[in-house]
Amino acid sequence: MDEKLKNVVLEHSDDIVKMWLEEIDTHKKNDYTSTISEEMFESTNREFVNVIFSSIEKKGLSSDLDDFSERLINLGWPLSYLTDGMQVFRRVVTGYILQQSEKIDSDYFSKVLREVDDWVDPIINRLVNEYSGSWEHIVSLQRVALQELSAPLIPVMENITIMPLIGTIDTERAKQIMENLLDGVIKHNAEVVLIDITGVPVVDTMVAHHIIQAAEAVRLIGSQCILVGIRPEIAQTIVNLGIDLGKFPTKSSLRKGFQTALELTNRRIEETQNNDKDIERLIDSLDRE
Amino acid sequence: MDFQSCVNIKKEWDIVGARQLGRDIARKIGFGTVDQARIATAISELARNIYLYAGTGKVCFEALEDMNQKGIRILAIDSGPGIKELSQVMEDGFSTSGGLGAGLPGVKRLMDDFDITSEEGKGTEITVIKWLR
Repeated sequence: MDEKLKNVVLEHSDDIVKMWLEEIDTHKKNDYTSTISEEMFESTNREFVNVIFSSIEKKGLSSDLDDFSERLINLGWPLSYLTDGMQVFRRVVTGYILQQSEKIDSDYFSKVLREVDDWVDPIINRLVNEYSGSWEHIVSLQRVALQELSAPLIPVMENITIMPLIGTIDTERAKQIMENLLDGVIKHNAEVVLIDITGVPVVDTMVAHHIIQAAEAVRLIGSQCILVGIRPEIAQTIVNLGIDLGKFPTKSSLRKGFQTALELTNRRIEETQNNDKDIERLIDSLDRE
Repeated sequence: MDFQSCVNIKKEWDIVGARQLGRDIARKIGFGTVDQARIATAISELARNIYLYAGTGKVCFEALEDMNQKGIRILAIDSGPGIKELSQVMEDGFSTSGGLGAGLPGVKRLMDDFDITSEEGKGTEITVIKWLR
């Protein structure tokens, strides 16, 4: 029985392919494939249907299927193309087999349905797994990439370290900021750490709370925190919220914060131009003698 | 009340989604950057309260317009445990989660109108309005 059905399908594969292609073509008009060229669409359809038949013939999932799905994933074809294709295939094949059979009772009908499902479902499962696997892979890679970007620490000069924060701070990131900050302060032997929040879009109580905690922890290990990059609108919302940031110095810009940091470490910026003048003056005074 | 746009709060990142949508709507209404920041911060607080205390809920936005003024109405609604002592949570520095305790009183100061109803075991509903000046 099973073999018989299979043989019917394989023998009449040309008819089935034709019907399948016709139906797939009607799908094309309304959705995803509008950006894909005609030839590309057609050759992919041919390949797709060949892959389906070869899997049925071999009674299992072939490596052709893996190759095919991998290539489509790389090209960025939507998954819906494949699932639609398989659903159309199921419909077409079931219809075709029932058309070919002489007598149809409910037993036979359910048997045909089950048989066709046995061909189609493993392929759908494999395709969906391949796709979702590739998405999960991308998401996990991006999560790692984001994590690496989330709390960078730059030791700009001896004893002074800067942590520029860009983007939204969530609980996970807040934890990382704290860890990196403390690790970095000890590793770089920093006396002053500048936390720059120019790129943080919203400072709500949670973000403020995390910053206050981080600053307090930095203070405990003997360094000082300066919060810089507070934009005027952020300053207003912080005041409205009633958050007390009075425990550590804050500055409007990184530049001002850096100057304060230099002062705290007993240094200052001197312009070399003036230096030259000083030297000239020195030489002048030497000449006069 | 008819709210056109809502954001469901289920994950921490939904807070960001709600904030962005609210900020966009506020910008379209014509709020300046300072008020946009105020509105975004208020949404952030409300959405975070939902995420922290109720688990799930939603934040809805509505543009208001009448003869005299324009504004934005934000509704934060959840069916979480509710708030036992409403007067307590409106005090500065009160927090059950070890936070700053500036959330709700802060939101009240950030916005123009503030209305809260909460029933223990049933949920909380907060409506805030910011008028464009």
